Amino acid sequence: MILKDLASLEGLKLLNEDIDLNKEIESVYIGDLLSWVMAHAGKGSAWITVQTHMNIIAVAVLLEMSCIILPENIKAEENTLARASEEGIAVFTTPLDAYKIACEFKERL
Amino acid sequence: MADTYEMTFNVGSRDFSSAGDASRTIKRTLKQLGVDSSIIRRIAIASYEAEMNIAIHSLGGKIDLLIDGDRIFVETEDYGPGIENVDLAMTEGWSTAGHEIREMGFGAGMGLPNMKKCADEFYIESEVPTGTKIKMIFNI
Repeated sequence: MILKDLASLEGLKLLNEDIDLNKEIESVYIGDLLSWVMAHAGKGSAWITVQTHMNIIAVAVLLEMSCIILPENIKAEENTLARASEEGIAVFTTPLDAYKIACEFKERL
Repeated sequence: MADTYEMTFNVGSRDFSSAGDASRTIKRTLKQLGVDSSIIRRIAIASYEAEMNIAIHSLGGKIDLLIDGDRIFVETEDYGPGIENVDLAMTEGWSTAGHEIREMGFGAGMGLPNMKKCADEFYIESEVPTGTKIKMIFNI
């Protein structure tokens, strides 16, 4: 599936601009400890995290993730979103919690 | 690929707004040079962990990237305060990071072990209060 296909996810909002929504999502990874995520998340992952500071963009770029999804309506910091746009990383938010987002992906991936 | 290639990056203490920049530049450079993507991934993870360690734990430092023939060297050096017990610091899950750092998702105590796992060769030496030097070698 591609980022565009996420549009049907409940209440999903793209928080930043200038994003190519044709990027492929290959898997899903959930985690908030950055070193753990660095060691285990795969390329093309949609990463679900509650972290919102700028370093999540560095992690997403280094691992070539497809996007970041913030659960439970969490909003990212402005400088995080600006950096995400520079690097072409989509940052979404949704009212769903991490478990429910993962369940939604199970239907789609 | 060029026979030798060298770059140096300065990393500021507690400079979280630009932390990660050196690793991203290293990754981009290796990609442009046509290095295999699985090796780039290992180097990107290791250099990011090294960069964050300097930003979180040290008084500042630098990262050197050196490509020499069929080997890539990532070497870091910081200006203190050094690690009291290196063996303990190499243990997964052990960290001296404070509450504020942990809240940002750092301080899992996996940085040094992650670096060692990613590199083909890993060397660390540390002296209190002078600082810590790390040398990682990756075979292309």
